[in-house]
Amino acid sequence: MSDARTEAGPLVATPSQTVGPFFHVALTPETAVGTLQPAMDGDRLHLVVRVSDGEGEPVSDAMVEIWQAAAQNSGPSTVRGDTPCSFGRLPTGEDGACTFETVRPGRTPDGRGGWQAAHINVCLFARGLLRQLHTRLYFAGDPALEGDAVLALVSEPRRQTLVATRDAARPDRWVFHVRLQGRDETVFFDV
Amino acid sequence: MSKRTIADLAGSQPSLLYPPYLSTRFRAPSRPLIRLPETLSELNAPVYGWWPVGDADRDLTRQHEGEPQGERIIVAGRLLDEDARPIAGALIELWQANAAGRYRHVKDDHPAPLDPNFTGAGRAITDADGRYEFTTIKPGAYPWRNHDNAWRPAHIHFSVFGSSFRTRLVTQMYFPGDPLFAHDPIMQSIPDERARQRLVARFDLSLTRAEWALGYAFDIVVRGRDATPFEERR
Repeated sequence: MSDARTEAGPLVATPSQTVGPFFHVALTPETAVGTLQPAMDGDRLHLVVRVSDGEGEPVSDAMVEIWQAAAQNSGPSTVRGDTPCSFGRLPTGEDGACTFETVRPGRTPDGRGGWQAAHINVCLFARGLLRQLHTRLYFAGDPALEGDAVLALVSEPRRQTLVATRDAARPDRWVFHVRLQGRDETVFFDV
Repeated sequence: MSKRTIADLAGSQPSLLYPPYLSTRFRAPSRPLIRLPETLSELNAPVYGWWPVGDADRDLTRQHEGEPQGERIIVAGRLLDEDARPIAGALIELWQANAAGRYRHVKDDHPAPLDPNFTGAGRAITDADGRYEFTTIKPGAYPWRNHDNAWRPAHIHFSVFGSSFRTRLVTQMYFPGDPLFAHDPIMQSIPDERARQRLVARFDLSLTRAEWALGYAFDIVVRGRDATPFEERR
C-alpha cells in the first residue's frame, strides 16, 4: 500500500530510484536554469562540471544540480524578481560536461562560530545512480580552504577531489571534475 | 506512536551498487559517503522560490491539439515528511513513456510509435495540505538492454524537492499487480519488500472519475527534520 496514512507510527521515506536516461523532456527542457548570473551580483564565472565513470568514460546522461550562496555582500540569495537565483540544473552533453554561468559565492557561517570557505553544493543524478550523490566544489587557491570545517572531515589526499581548478587560458572559467568511481574518486557526502 | 528504529529503515533505500542493474557497476562510488553534520549542511534552506507552473502542466492529456492514445488516468496523493506533516508549495515534476512504451527522447530507439499528442512531462505545486493531482495516460512497459529479454514495468518518474535539498527525492511510481516487478533490477534494488510496495500506487475508486478515468493514489514521503543518515537506511 502506498497510502502513507494507513501505516502505523512514524512514516518511512519513499525509496529513491534512478532518474534514468530519459529525464530531459521534463527536467531539462531548456537550459536557462543553468544561468544563475542575471539574477546575482558578483564575480561572474563559467563553471564547467565534468562527470566520468569508473572506466574514465564521460557520463553523457547525467543531470547536475547546483545550489549556492550569493556573492559576498550582495544580500540574501533568495528570489529576486521571477528568477530562482541560487539554484541551477543542467544535463551533461556527449563529453560528460555542462557549463553553468554563475557568480563566485560568498562565505557562509559554519555553525561553530567560524566561516566556511566559498563553495557550491553539487547534486548528481544519472542512469546507474539509484540515489542522488551530494558533493561540494571549492575554489583552488582560496586561502580559506585551510580552515574549512567540511574539508577537515576529509582525509588530506582526497581533499583535492573537491577543488575546482581555474582554466589558465580563461580566468573566468573553472572546471570541476566529478569522478564517480575508481582512483581519484570524488568525495561524496551523506547529507 | 511507536518510535522508528534503524531496523525499520534498514533496506528501505537502494544501495548505490546493485550489480544486477549493470549501469551501477561503473557508476556507483566505491568509497563510503562522508557524513556531513547537520550544522555544516546548508541544505536545509528552500531550493527554489518560484518556478513557472501553470494548470495545463498537470494535465498531460491536454498539452496538444488532440488527445493522446491510451488509458486516461488520474494520479494523486500527498507529499509528507516522515513525521506525517504535509509539505505545501513544493514542486513535483514527472515524466513517462507513452501508452506504447516509448519516450519522446532522441535516445529512445524502442520500435513503438510516438504519439504526436503526448509529450509525457508534467509539473505541479502541492497545495496547503501537501496534495497534488495529475491527469495523464497509463504508460506502457518497454524493453531495455540490461539483460536478456529485459523489460521495465510500467512506471512514472517523479522528482520532488520537499522543503529543502536534504529532502530531494527522485523516484518511480509503479502500478499494482505488474508481473514484471520480480524481474526488474531497478525495483529489486530496494532490499525490503515493504519499501518496494511504497512505490506501488493504490487503485482508488474515490479518485476515479465516472465515465472518464481510473484513479491511483500515490503518497510521497520525504525525510524528516532529524532524519537518520542515508547510509543507515540500506
